[in-house]
Amino acid sequence: MSVISSTRTRPRSRWTPGQIVLTLIGTAVSAVFVAPIAAALFTSFKSEAEAAEIPPHWLPEAWTGQAWKALLDTGNITNWFVNSLVVSVCVTTIVLVVSALAGYGFARTEFRGKHLLLGVVMAGLMISPAVLGVPLFTTVQQLGMVDTYWGMILPQCAPAAMVYILYKFFQGIPRELEEAAFIDGAGRWRVFFTIVVPLARPSLAAVGIFTFIASWNNFLWPYMVTNNPDLMTMPNGIATVMNSYGIQWAQLMAGGLMAGLPLIVVFVFFQRQIVAGVAHTGLAGQ
Amino acid sequence: MTTSAQTVAVPARARTATATATVRRKQGFQHGGWFVAPFLALFALFVIWPLLRGVYLSFTDANISGDGASFIGLDNYREAFQDEMMWDALGHSAYFTLLVVPCITVLAFLLAMLAHHIEHGKWLWRLCFFAPFLLPSTVAANMWQWLFTQGIGLFNHTLGIDTPWLTDKSYAMLAIVIQTLWWTVGFSFLLYLAALQGIPAHLYEAAKLDGANAWHRTVHITLPLLRNITGLVIALQILASLQLFDQAVVMMDFGPGPELSTRSFVQYTLEQGFTSYRVGYASAMSIIFFVLIAVVALARMWLLRTREEGTR
Repeated sequence: MSVISSTRTRPRSRWTPGQIVLTLIGTAVSAVFVAPIAAALFTSFKSEAEAAEIPPHWLPEAWTGQAWKALLDTGNITNWFVNSLVVSVCVTTIVLVVSALAGYGFARTEFRGKHLLLGVVMAGLMISPAVLGVPLFTTVQQLGMVDTYWGMILPQCAPAAMVYILYKFFQGIPRELEEAAFIDGAGRWRVFFTIVVPLARPSLAAVGIFTFIASWNNFLWPYMVTNNPDLMTMPNGIATVMNSYGIQWAQLMAGGLMAGLPLIVVFVFFQRQIVAGVAHTGLAGQ
Repeated sequence: MTTSAQTVAVPARARTATATATVRRKQGFQHGGWFVAPFLALFALFVIWPLLRGVYLSFTDANISGDGASFIGLDNYREAFQDEMMWDALGHSAYFTLLVVPCITVLAFLLAMLAHHIEHGKWLWRLCFFAPFLLPSTVAANMWQWLFTQGIGLFNHTLGIDTPWLTDKSYAMLAIVIQTLWWTVGFSFLLYLAALQGIPAHLYEAAKLDGANAWHRTVHITLPLLRNITGLVIALQILASLQLFDQAVVMMDFGPGPELSTRSFVQYTLEQGFTSYRVGYASAMSIIFFVLIAVVALARMWLLRTREEGTR
């Protein structure tokens, strides 16, 4: 953060020839990165016939909101949107609470078997639904949670990585702050909630934002655990149900944008936190 | 240290107070089991138990319904190692990894250098390069499926070519690689960008005074200082790429691609489990895959350790 703010206070640089060349390159590369999203946006305003026309063209010849209207009329998409929201909010909340407590517990408290448990959790960094999909599914099946919200939510709520990030962070807080509060007679939980949690706010924000993105975009796990269209999340419904109708490109692009744009808008507003979060998350793994 | 020095000088009443304080201070950190309990419960249920259950199932001929499984020893593993389909699938995942990892590392570095050195509109470059990463995998895959479709796709049209990206065995995996580069490079880009911003400016200024030009400064200051982050980017990319699934299945309409050429290891495992209902066999493959991932992760830790010892 300090680095970023220091670049800001520097006097505005001038347009040297080098800067002009770099900016031109940057613009060209950015155009390549944005083009597919722009193309999807334009296509969503074409009629289905025009979207499948040969040869293709970038801009719609006749702009129409038909694809968006059709999409909203079927009702599925609003359903999926709500499901995505419910799942992501629940996952994020549970992960924040559970991993903050665990991170603090591992960093600051003593209990029997701590080091062994910490080692086991670190080993858990290697396990994902992609690796253990089938046994994870049978476990959820045993619990009777296939085709339920809980079945979608809970297996996403044990991220060893997030515990590790917060564990690293809590280790860096000076012990004296807590000790002073203990001496004043404050209990452990009070110290945790009134001193430790406020200090950890930036790290918690990073963990929260990341968990939300990962959960909102998660395809594989919801895909495994439900094939009930009423329970599907956005990425899932769009990929499976909409594709199975026979692909209607304009609608598919409109649906994709509805699933993808909320996070891009969030990114525009929380850019600083997210960038810091990536740096933080990634660098913690070093 | 300071407390014990003080206790000598203070009167008895105060001394007991300090003693209580010490006790309280120590007690504050005791018995933290409750803090980790909720996480451990979830972790045990959804990570440890599936792993153990996977090991158990891999020695049985269990089907999807879960009942009537009998113990068949190492048969699943024996079958897996002789299953050419499995080796093919593993080969596809490895081929994908081999193509994606170097490309993404270099591209992420170049993009980060670009965004770091352009002085105007930093937020805009960051947004453009990172935005694709925020799209759900299926959405990013659908977009490129459409861009790559012969005839109606803008990719060929814009480049003025007519390549059968999605329907020809020799191009299908390349199409997935291109899509993946576009979709995921933003994450590694941000890691590099953060690392670049963390390099103290005075190093460059000193080098400039010594007459080093931009190229020399990059090669002799930036690159060596980015070694750790490069190791991290490569390791994360290898682990993520080996787990290829989402974009491949969506771009290939949930099939295995032309002549099975894009069927990844994860996809083959899930097919065995959910389409052929062979949960025992799929579990054995999951365990094999887990061991593979663990070996990669341990190799990285070992490399890190030897390097640290080397620099000491």
